[in-house]
Amino acid sequence: MIVTNQVTKSYGDSCVVDGVTLNLPKGGITSIIGPNGAGKSTLLSMVSRLMSMDKGSVTVDGLDVTKTASDVLARRLSILRQENHMTARLTPADKIHIDQAINYLNLDALSHRFLDELSGGQRQRAFVAMVLCQDTDYVLLDEPLNNLDMKHAMAMMKLLRKAADELGKTVVLVLHDINFASWYSDYIVAMKHGKVAAQGTAEAMIVPAVLAEIYEMDIKVHQIGGQRISVYYG
Amino acid sequence: MPANLSRPALVLIALAVLTLLSIVCFMTLGAKGSWSFVLSFRGKKLLGLILVAYAISVSTVLFQTVANNRILTPSIMGFDALYVLIKTGLVFFFGIGALVAVDPQIQFVLQVAVMVVFALLLFRWLFLGEERSLHLLVLVGIVFGILFRSISNLLQRMLDPGAFNVLQDSMYASFATTDATLLAISCVIVLAVSLVAWRILPAFDVLSLGRAQAINLGVNYQRTVVTILVLIAVLVSVSTALVGPITFFGLLVATLAHSLVGNSRHIYVLPASVLLAVICLVGGQTLLERAFAFDTALSIIIEFLGGIVFIFLVLRRSAR
Repeated sequence: MIVTNQVTKSYGDSCVVDGVTLNLPKGGITSIIGPNGAGKSTLLSMVSRLMSMDKGSVTVDGLDVTKTASDVLARRLSILRQENHMTARLTPADKIHIDQAINYLNLDALSHRFLDELSGGQRQRAFVAMVLCQDTDYVLLDEPLNNLDMKHAMAMMKLLRKAADELGKTVVLVLHDINFASWYSDYIVAMKHGKVAAQGTAEAMIVPAVLAEIYEMDIKVHQIGGQRISVYYG
Repeated sequence: MPANLSRPALVLIALAVLTLLSIVCFMTLGAKGSWSFVLSFRGKKLLGLILVAYAISVSTVLFQTVANNRILTPSIMGFDALYVLIKTGLVFFFGIGALVAVDPQIQFVLQVAVMVVFALLLFRWLFLGEERSLHLLVLVGIVFGILFRSISNLLQRMLDPGAFNVLQDSMYASFATTDATLLAISCVIVLAVSLVAWRILPAFDVLSLGRAQAINLGVNYQRTVVTILVLIAVLVSVSTALVGPITFFGLLVATLAHSLVGNSRHIYVLPASVLLAVICLVGGQTLLERAFAFDTALSIIIEFLGGIVFIFLVLRRSAR
């Protein structure tokens, strides 16, 4: 279980994450949604010890992330950030020793190309494969669907679902597409202005009243094939 | 080309052959008179050049790994200017008499210690914490470099001419006259640095993935970066003490090493850059001394080429 307790982060006068207290359950997929600038990425960075927090604490399975040795945490928790600049010249095969991950993400044909020679979507898949190879109980992904086309976005979410169901991983991801969140998540946390605006199961969260509150726009929700699909295109 | 050898291995073999060739040429070409004299005289010079090549190339490659980019080098960030400032400051505040009284090797070790402390104080904040933009780093480096050089200049002008004369030797980059008194202690220091570097070698590759990935993969980022900064400060002290400050040499060999080896594994890039540096210094020195019969121009030629590489890298980066 990931527990955040009154986690706060400010840049100068603006408070990006404001006293967030959350209990993210172990197992399953938890999506963090919310408008731009809600503090989703910052929260994820603090949970994964990439960023220091001004106040509060985060524990993963009872281990305080600011106090536990980095290599101990690295066996439990891995993160993929939104932007990944890399000056090192690597091929996917260099990084990923598990052929399975390459296979999962359809990277076989690309495994000997350098990462900076791949397209945005291909590189994104290589980065996700890299994080999955770390084989940790907790996998944190900041907008893993960035740069992916529909086919690969769907395949990525299916893969994460499979990792949660079959391998017992706990997947926490920041998503912008609320329909993907609705379709694949067990639990949804909505953030707004650095605070948790709402949280609950997909059934409880993907309803017009809650979404209107989070995004400040009219969002219709339809039941299609047993899934809740939001329509907000005009 | 034998199929079972990878490109990095081939590059390393070719570089090693060239290195040996340049060393043999340096030791034997144009030798007149007693061989024992020639070999011991040139041997000392050779050892100095190799130490400098090693110190500059390793410190540059490690610095680029910590800074996570391929443009910055310790010299560009003002490390060697800092060393010159410390040396000038010691002469200024303690007087040349006090310094002459102290054994030069002990003096050198003290200077290295002061250098490490100041380098950590000044540069630690830049590379820990959040990632910073390249432009900020370059600007800070330039400002630091100018600041250190200006203070050194000011102090040197206030020195008496005798003390200034002694100091001046270390201010000009000259490969022809390496400071022979410091060779033994430099060897010991470089060996110690290499042992520490060898122990954390696997962490270098992980660090070059960037701060976030390194932390994610379980590297103790803070401790490793501080250790590497200490190693860099020590290596820069050694090379600056032996031949004086050289700005773009490290950049030249590190860039060449990366592009020749073709991937970023430190186990290949580090030796390749050391070999390239030895070839440049020893081979270049031989060529200039024997073929063209001028002595002091090597640093100018190297700085010229290195400067062009620097401008090229900056332009290419901003074009992207």
